[in-house]
Amino acid sequence: MIDLQDVTLTFPDGTSRITAVDHASLHVGAGETVGIIGPSGSGKSSLLAVASTLIAPDSGTVTIDGVVATDLDLAGRAELRRTRVGLVFQQSNLLSSLTAVEQLTVTNELTTDRRRRSARAAARRRALQLLDEVGLAADADKRPAQLSGGQRQRVNVARALMSRPAVLVVDEPTSALDQERGAQIIDLLLRLTAEHGTATILVTHEPRFLPRLTTAHSMVDGRLSEQSDRPGAPGS
Amino acid sequence: MFVAWRDLKAAKGRFALITAVVTLITVLVTFLGGLTGGLVEQNISALTSLDADRIVFSVTDGEPSTYADSAVTEDQASTWARRDGVTAVEPLGISTTRITAGGRQQTVALFGGGPAAGDAATRSGHVALTARTAAALDVQPGDRVHLGDRDLVVDATRGDSWYSHLAVAHVSLGDWQHLAARPGEPAPFASVLAVSARDADYAAADAAAGTSSQGLLTSLTALGSFTSEVGSLLLMVLMLFGISALVVGAFFAVWSIQRRPDVAVLKALGATDRMLTFDALGQAAALLVLGVGAGIAVTAGLGALAGTALPFVLSSVTTLLPGLVMTVLGLAGAGVATRSITHVDPLTALGSNR
Ligand SMILES: Nc1ncnc2c1ncn2[C@@H]1O[C@H](COP(=O)(O)OP(=O)(O)O)[C@@H](O)[C@H]1O
Ligand SMILES: [Mg+2]
Repeated sequence: MIDLQDVTLTFPDGTSRITAVDHASLHVGAGETVGIIGPSGSGKSSLLAVASTLIAPDSGTVTIDGVVATDLDLAGRAELRRTRVGLVFQQSNLLSSLTAVEQLTVTNELTTDRRRRSARAAARRRALQLLDEVGLAADADKRPAQLSGGQRQRVNVARALMSRPAVLVVDEPTSALDQERGAQIIDLLLRLTAEHGTATILVTHEPRFLPRLTTAHSMVDGRLSEQSDRPGAPGS
Repeated sequence: MFVAWRDLKAAKGRFALITAVVTLITVLVTFLGGLTGGLVEQNISALTSLDADRIVFSVTDGEPSTYADSAVTEDQASTWARRDGVTAVEPLGISTTRITAGGRQQTVALFGGGPAAGDAATRSGHVALTARTAAALDVQPGDRVHLGDRDLVVDATRGDSWYSHLAVAHVSLGDWQHLAARPGEPAPFASVLAVSARDADYAAADAAAGTSSQGLLTSLTALGSFTSEVGSLLLMVLMLFGISALVVGAFFAVWSIQRRPDVAVLKALGATDRMLTFDALGQAAALLVLGVGAGIAVTAGLGALAGTALPFVLSSVTTLLPGLVMTVLGLAGAGVATRSITHVDPLTALGSNR
């Protein structure tokens, strides 16, 4: 599970500061998918950056799986990210020289710590199994350039699950996909969240997905509010 | 090295190109090093092999003389010999002369007496030639050669000995004094003194004898061409070292910039700076070792070919040492370039709308 309490994040903006996240609180339990929707520039990505420990908030606390991330230093946060957080990016940020299966096993090579890196065979087995789960069993040895946009995003989802994360942070995963492939990715995320018991935060610009999520929040100017009616209004 | 190796494989052409550049620079550096070594050896090997602690030069108009114009007197030699701590004073005559035998002739540096003369040339009427000179004159030990107005017996041939790019021929001091004498002038005693000593006060000895003495190695600067020759070649080698560090550094700077998105993703996934630096430097090291190794191999091949036609020294000092320096400088350049990796913001991996 993940718990954000009264989180505020500001960025320098010329001589003053811009408030990207404004006293936001959010709780997501294991197996739940919580959606966040809002206009561009409203602070959704910033909220995810805080939730995934990529950036420390100015104030407030982030607790992941019982660990207070906001008490940790840079290295401690990197460690937490390696072991407890799965990230799916807006763009399909795969490493261009790696094959699909290596995109996943690379997560086992992120430290110079030998103990962690010893389990190479096990990492490969898990990677192949996850690729199978996202429907890419046959494409394990393809490079990103040989995969379609939808396939690349599936590799991203599989990679995020490599470290058996407690929290899955997903930023607009369908923005580069057509309607059908977008829906397939959301299906996949919902299924994997249930199967792997992750606490999933899903930022999306498509209201049509909201009814299928556990709860949904809207974000405007950094402020988070409960989305009670979850309208399926077209456009975004 | 997980990502680094795969990058190397995925961008083969690019890495082959930079490896080739490293190879080329290594060839230039090591070949120039070999040539420098060869030239230096042909300039000074007869001097560096002298068994002496101190070389004593004459003083003209208050200025110490060079090897070419120094002329010490017998009085100066005996003054030095009387000093406390001085164990041996060997007068050494140095001049340039022509040796003829049959229809052939060779210009040589003529050394008279001195500690390196050995038994052969201490005998009056004999001359010791280098094997190369003997071959050029087509003479054997026992044959006669002509020097000035003397016929001398070739006593022995020995390995290379060079002075000022001339092969050295050794004769006795007496023969040298006769041969070096200019018509109408008194015969010189010797050019320099080769002094062996223990705990001697050299300054006091110089003052007493009116000479100027130097250690063996510093005395080489009193050899006309030595400083300028070695200086300009070493300057070229140093500039090539600088260029190689810059080229490798620049390559990795550009490469690091291109890798920034990948690095951001790796950092977002929780990669440590240590791992990222290790990966990047490992990549640079692999490339440098490959390029430098190939360069040394090429130089070794070229050196073997050039061996007889050019003065060329192929040794660890002219190959492995520059190779090592190149690798270290290249790594330093790459290190500076990849330092920026630790400054990559993992936030950019989220693909924000900026
Ligand atoms: N790294 C940053 N530095 C400065 N300003 C930023 C940074 N990231 C985001 N912002 C600003 O914070 C606000 C929220 O941005 P973001 O979280 O990307 O919004 P969204 O994902 O909802 O489009 C915007 O005004 C944006 O310009
Ligand atoms: Mg965003």
